[in-house]
Amino acid sequence: MALVLNEEQRLLRDTAREFLTKNAPVAELRRLRDNCDEIGYSPSLWQEMVALGWAGIPVQEAFGGLDFGYLGLGVVLEETGRTLTPSPLFATLVLGASAIQLGGNESQKERLLPAIVAGELTLALALEEHNHHNPTGFSTSLRKENGQYLLNGSKCFVLDGHSADQCLVVARNDSGCTQSADAVCLVLVPRETDGVQCDRTLMADSRNAANLTFQNVVIEDGWIIGEGSEGQTLLEAVLDRGRVALCAEMLGLAREAFERTVDYLKERTQFGVKIGSFQALQHRAAIMLTELELCQSVVLQALTAVDEDSDQLPAMASLAKAKMNELVQTVTNEAVQMHGGIGVTDELDIGLFLKRARVCMQVLGDSGYHKDRYARLCGY
Amino acid sequence: MEELEAFRRETRTWLEENCPDSERQPALPDDQYWGGRDAAFPSEGARVWFERMRDKHWIAPEWPSAYGGGGLSPEQAHVLKQELKRIRARPPLCSLGLWMLGPALLEFGSEEQKLEHLPSIVRGEIRWCQGYSEPGSGSDLASVQTRAEDRGDHFLVNGSKIWTTGADKADCIFCLVRTDPGAKKQEGISFLLIDMASDGVSATPIELISGESEFCQTFFDDVLVPKSNLVGEINKGWSIAKALLVHERKLIAEMGTESPRKQITPTAAAREYLPFSDGRIADAHLRAALVDYEMLLQAIALTHMRCYEEKSTGTQSAAPLIMKYVGTELEKAKSELLLAIMGSKGLGWEGEGFSQIELDTLRIWAFSKTLTIAGGTSEIQLNVLAKRVLGLPQS
Repeated sequence: MALVLNEEQRLLRDTAREFLTKNAPVAELRRLRDNCDEIGYSPSLWQEMVALGWAGIPVQEAFGGLDFGYLGLGVVLEETGRTLTPSPLFATLVLGASAIQLGGNESQKERLLPAIVAGELTLALALEEHNHHNPTGFSTSLRKENGQYLLNGSKCFVLDGHSADQCLVVARNDSGCTQSADAVCLVLVPRETDGVQCDRTLMADSRNAANLTFQNVVIEDGWIIGEGSEGQTLLEAVLDRGRVALCAEMLGLAREAFERTVDYLKERTQFGVKIGSFQALQHRAAIMLTELELCQSVVLQALTAVDEDSDQLPAMASLAKAKMNELVQTVTNEAVQMHGGIGVTDELDIGLFLKRARVCMQVLGDSGYHKDRYARLCGY
Repeated sequence: MEELEAFRRETRTWLEENCPDSERQPALPDDQYWGGRDAAFPSEGARVWFERMRDKHWIAPEWPSAYGGGGLSPEQAHVLKQELKRIRARPPLCSLGLWMLGPALLEFGSEEQKLEHLPSIVRGEIRWCQGYSEPGSGSDLASVQTRAEDRGDHFLVNGSKIWTTGADKADCIFCLVRTDPGAKKQEGISFLLIDMASDGVSATPIELISGESEFCQTFFDDVLVPKSNLVGEINKGWSIAKALLVHERKLIAEMGTESPRKQITPTAAAREYLPFSDGRIADAHLRAALVDYEMLLQAIALTHMRCYEEKSTGTQSAAPLIMKYVGTELEKAKSELLLAIMGSKGLGWEGEGFSQIELDTLRIWAFSKTLTIAGGTSEIQLNVLAKRVLGLPQS
């Protein structure tokens, strides 16, 4: 039964919804934005999330986690999508922790995972170097000179790059110590290291992202994850987890924006009747409902594919991300349109959903990227 | 769980031994057995398969055994369905009695009606058709005009029905008729069973854009119908009709994903009819259209699975209600995509110069237009979703 939540997962969802609507409603994002908050999320809220065990949901028990899987993490992320809550959940737990779990050696796991679960360590994955997602087209390199590893290159659109304690930098290992000349590896770099320059970028969704530059950054032993020829496979596995988890958040975002819009259709009066009685609007709302339901099945199956370590994960991740990209675009556009004039005011929250949706759509691959990837995986 | 697995093993063995090889491939319309008073089996294989399934009481696996059913639990019936699908077994009997009337009688019929009609449906002895729509009432089903006047010991029926699938071959018809012309639209309707052999009943096939004529128009001219043929209470037929519509939509949605006809998949068609370069379909537009179709197909298949899982865990969601709309729209999209992929090869109407698959593709394309009209148009489905699921106000 992978497409229906079990009792424990439903309980977790209810807890998450209650906690987030009480402690981190959309107004909280607005407050962070209006105060130009340095960190971009609330550290005290994050510590409460940690206390609820959320930072350990997909982490193995051996490292202090709950081993509750991606379906479990998905229900929490879906709820954070409803409240647009910024937190290190995605960058640290999904991208960071999965890289360490999948590619780290034992000592790295023992050092890093319990710290993540305890809320003592935040991470960011530095991958992109261009304005479109491209997990193979990067030139940041790791070279060995005079017995020392040096990291050089620059990254953009690094989520939480401005606030994370450490960055996982995707680089080519040109040090000659591996068989493949351009083996991919992940390099763990504390943000406060000499040669690291971090420029925060203010994005549409009012969350954290940064451009990072690395100039002859000295990399210490034990900072390199995924040495050898498996780097690209590791990276894809991490990215697929990221895509699927992000889809869960996007599903929550879409449902919330949709429900707020349907509520508005029931209360707004024009020409003496509720606008929800107009068939032109009813049909558009009903079509969105069908797409939401289809997407829900896809996202649940994609989360399950992670938990079952299925070889279908790459296809499911691309299916889910392509579908969700289109869904959030449609739903948020329709949400604005159906709210009419008030929909384009900053006062109404709908605009925040619209903006977060656009950022989500670019993170780890837009629709074109994933449709192309899906077609390639299907052999055409 | 263990019992169910044992049931699965037994079922698998029985099917292996009893389903003829000829019945393990998709059935073209001419291969289907529909039963009825004058029915002949399309083939020896079809006869053997039907008789074995009938004797095993698996024609209606979930119906109570008192009425000729198999008395299986929903879980067992699902296992049987899966096992039948696994060997691609044809349905032993195609029957509106089985799919539509039976479930309605089980829910609304009297004990006498159940005992009279259900066993004959299961044995394939009576072929039923459905009389809902009328020339003047398509989507607005509740506006039925066919009159059934109370004449003391019988009803006198006058009027006509349209889109009565297979009426020219059916023995009996279940109909919506107006029994109280003075009442509000939905309130004066009754659910009546009529023998097609009665005096005054006639059926004429309607030729469709696909060249097929499986639909008819059926006429009732002073037809005498016994009072005992009324199902449920008089003037309360609308609730039966609504329950049946749910069945019908589910049926159409399911058929949407497993068409009985021999049809090439768009992906296979792309390999055969489109040039590739570097392992990709060279035409970027068609490649994108194929991906969109495949993604939608996957999403719908997963939602079917989710509906099943929700049903068996007692979880409620809106998912089952969207299936008729998305399933039929998908079928239409599939046919359009196939035509686009085949180009002029997909436009052959009949005769030389085209393969059977190419000719079928065009006919299926033309027929696919009926899917989003029959059983409640897509627009009606959206109305239902807007009202019932989203709670939007009446327009």
